[in-house]
Amino acid sequence: MAAQEHKLAIFRGLLKFKSNQQKIWGVLIFLSIVTTVEVVLGIIKPQVLMTSFLRMKLLNWIFIILTLVKAYYIAWDFMHIRDERGSLKSSIVLPLVILIPYLIFILLLEADYIFDVMQNGFVSWNF
Amino acid sequence: MEVTTANPSEAENVWGGGNRPLNASYGKLMMWFFIVSDALTFSGFLVSYGFSRFKNIDSWPIADEVFTHFPFLHGIDAPMYYVALMTFILIFSSVTMVLAVDAGHHMQKGKVILYMFLTIIGGAVFVGSQAWEWKNFIKGEYGALETKGGQILQFVNADTGKRVALEEFAQPVATDRTTHTSSTGIWFANEKTLPNYSVAEVKQGFEANPNLAIRIQKLNANGQKTVLSREASLEQIENATLVVEGANLVRNEYGNRLFADFFFFITGFHGFHVLSGVVINIIIFFNVIVGTYERRGHYEMVEKVGLYWHFVDLVWVFVFTFFYLV
Repeated sequence: MAAQEHKLAIFRGLLKFKSNQQKIWGVLIFLSIVTTVEVVLGIIKPQVLMTSFLRMKLLNWIFIILTLVKAYYIAWDFMHIRDERGSLKSSIVLPLVILIPYLIFILLLEADYIFDVMQNGFVSWNF
Repeated sequence: MEVTTANPSEAENVWGGGNRPLNASYGKLMMWFFIVSDALTFSGFLVSYGFSRFKNIDSWPIADEVFTHFPFLHGIDAPMYYVALMTFILIFSSVTMVLAVDAGHHMQKGKVILYMFLTIIGGAVFVGSQAWEWKNFIKGEYGALETKGGQILQFVNADTGKRVALEEFAQPVATDRTTHTSSTGIWFANEKTLPNYSVAEVKQGFEANPNLAIRIQKLNANGQKTVLSREASLEQIENATLVVEGANLVRNEYGNRLFADFFFFITGFHGFHVLSGVVINIIIFFNVIVGTYERRGHYEMVEKVGLYWHFVDLVWVFVFTFFYLV
């Protein structure tokens, strides 16, 4: 549990901090920048990004990717997953990484099907 | 004779959680177990939100039009600013929590106390902000009509496209209808307080104002709500059966009924997590003050509540994205 055990490099070693505290502030700055970018994009909504890509707006894809980036740094640096053993790391992350996309896939596909059924007049929607 | 062990390290109390195969203590592992299962619970909620949204992809309410309030800025359209602020508050309280854990590693009791205190303040401010957000959501801003089929009809100025509140155009119509209370009729039979305006009043006001039009839930090609022509609006208003102001679990003035249900359920469940996080933090905070962990020789308990606190922050990052941004 010694303080020296912290791994102090983020961005795959691109940015190395001198102490754990510095790393915490560094990660805070990074998360703030990402959140600011999200909010600015959400307010401006640039027309370029409103095109559809894989059945969803490009802007929404960007939001989701930035969210995952934020989640990674919160888990890795604030929750110290970076400092845990590989076995603990994977036993936490793998179940989530496998199960959640599976759930998303099943439910969103089904929802899309129901939308089509209602859209094609099977259920009247006009009263 | 007792069973001998080959390795002296195995002599420690294995059944009591003595060995640490993943180099994490029993308590920390259990916190991770909880977090993984809670993460699956939240993902279930958010995915079911996605399900309802994809099912009604052409008529889902637009979040930017719903959450437009900012404290002390009355009548100013400020979409997202307030939730962005809430996000920053929660991320910052997460940072003070890691700093507390870090100070715990160095056995600096004073610093742990300070950072834990700041974390608790941040959490309390966040819960308060969420309560304010709920208040605005429940109260509503413009009001709307509901048709027989449960569709929401909102009112806009046909020239500017701006939303118009019911109170701006509804005209008084004499009626005997009052809120039915149990004291005035059959025993135990009563009803919720009536809306400020009746359907007849809204109808009459609408017919008297030729510059008004009805906006329906359906999204047009640009992703905006469809505004009906004046003739179609006059036809559509005949279908209205109810006046809806604000939101409750049955209906809301923003559009699809499920929208308000999911808003209450998911942000409520998250807010409950924040609240319990604050309570747990307060307990640990007092334990730190009375020196429990100083005597124990380590501050691992602070790290365990820290894990929970960061998890709450992590969930908010997703709720923020899927409720307010996407």
